[in-house]
Amino acid sequence: MLDQTPWWLIVLLKSAIVLAVVITTFAYSMLFERKIMAWMQLRPGPNRVGPWGLLQPAADAAKMLFKEDLTPGTADPLIYRLAPFISLLCAMGAFAVIPFSESSAGLWGVANVNAGILVIFALTSIGVYGISLAGWSSGSKFPLLGSVRSTAQMISYELAMTMSVIGVLILAGTTSLVGIVHAQQRVWFILPQIVGFLIYIITAVAETNRAPFDLVEAETELVGGFHTEYSGLRFGLFFIAEYLNMITVSCIATLLFLGGWNAPPGLGFVPGLIWFVLKAGLFIFLYIWLRTTLPRLRYDRLMNFGWKVLLPVATLNLMLTAAIVAYAG
Amino acid sequence: MGFFGGVAALAKGFATTLQFAFQKKPTIQYPSVKKQHAPRFHGLHELRRYADGKERCIGCELCAIACPANAITVIGAENAPDDRRSPGERYAARYEIDELRCIFCGLCEEACPTDAIVLTPRFEMADYRRGSFVYAKDRLLVPPEAGVGTAPDERPGGIPSDVGQVIERKSTVDIAAGYGATHRGEILKTERKGLAG
Repeated sequence: MLDQTPWWLIVLLKSAIVLAVVITTFAYSMLFERKIMAWMQLRPGPNRVGPWGLLQPAADAAKMLFKEDLTPGTADPLIYRLAPFISLLCAMGAFAVIPFSESSAGLWGVANVNAGILVIFALTSIGVYGISLAGWSSGSKFPLLGSVRSTAQMISYELAMTMSVIGVLILAGTTSLVGIVHAQQRVWFILPQIVGFLIYIITAVAETNRAPFDLVEAETELVGGFHTEYSGLRFGLFFIAEYLNMITVSCIATLLFLGGWNAPPGLGFVPGLIWFVLKAGLFIFLYIWLRTTLPRLRYDRLMNFGWKVLLPVATLNLMLTAAIVAYAG
Repeated sequence: MGFFGGVAALAKGFATTLQFAFQKKPTIQYPSVKKQHAPRFHGLHELRRYADGKERCIGCELCAIACPANAITVIGAENAPDDRRSPGERYAARYEIDELRCIFCGLCEEACPTDAIVLTPRFEMADYRRGSFVYAKDRLLVPPEAGVGTAPDERPGGIPSDVGQVIERKSTVDIAAGYGATHRGEILKTERKGLAG
């Protein structure tokens, strides 16, 4: 039957399913974050809407929908309205090339792109425009400061991030995410690339503007940073984009370093998708844990750390990996 | 602090937050679970009666004079011989307390010569209009069947069920040990010891 179905219908259906799953994941990762953060701060967390607060995301969504959508008089109206969509579309687009699992029937994912990792990096880089343009077009001081910071932070940390990932690409010999996962069937890349893994984790936090690298939002200094002027649904779109980015980098970390849907030795009877979800969930938990534990970095220290520590270490790691692969292979 | 010192400090911080996540939360789920107050907690006022149903208040206005917040208004009147409201010569024709002005200090209670005004442990008084916080006799005076006790915890009819008597969790203040059992009380005690030594 599948042979007669037009290819575009399959892609459309797959996209719809992935999007639905991803948006639900977003909603519940938000609740998960609020719960975990609350527990770590000795609070019970949201527990009023539904049992254990399980309907809280729905209540939040309804609230966002009905809130007033304001545009400041000094804002550039077109770009101001466009910016949240740039952020959201890029964040969602990344999920088109992420493979979630694999079975005898085929790949669990929308598309198997042979340069998947490059597509994701390209999309997340464009996503930064959403934040930069939002701050710039708001016609207000704090958002502008936030967007200037975002530009500087993204450039500095994206370099180290890419450097840390190239080590994995050299080991796998491919830029296809499926290929990278297949290359990890014996040894997960977290072992040979432990340095790259640590650098990736740190830069990924900076890339997604999460604490302790959330200088772009920095509530205590910049009110709300780039989204200070946004309200209602448009603010909600930025919110979704931030969490989707967090899920994306968690998925990539799983695919690149933790063997994707490969089961740990001896546990092959559990389906690959469950392993993938568990591993990605572990990273999301790590993000929340980071946020509750560490205070925000000072701006100059963020820059120092990015350029003087992460980038040189990532470069050294890359050169060493390349040398070893060249010598051994 | 070198590299390893930094890593050790980070690990300590992460361990702390993780450990907190599994600790019992001190939150009291307020509207469904209420904290037990001290029996003589200063809350909303009440005007009490004698056993025969007569009002204790004799309209002397001592509470209004004692009140540091000027929250009490009393206008006394002579008892009519055929309709005696109180055993004395006079009774309170009007008795109003502005609960928004009141600081719940209990000085009215102290000043009252007939133990007519008492502070109950009832504290949930939220309302929508400022005007509704002026409590007049219709809301202050207890019904005749409520009994004759002169202190909030001596009310023979029992304290109404809505005054926070649900005992689910131990209060942060140990009533038996008093203020000394609280964290701040401990600090004060040690500070005093330091001064004495």
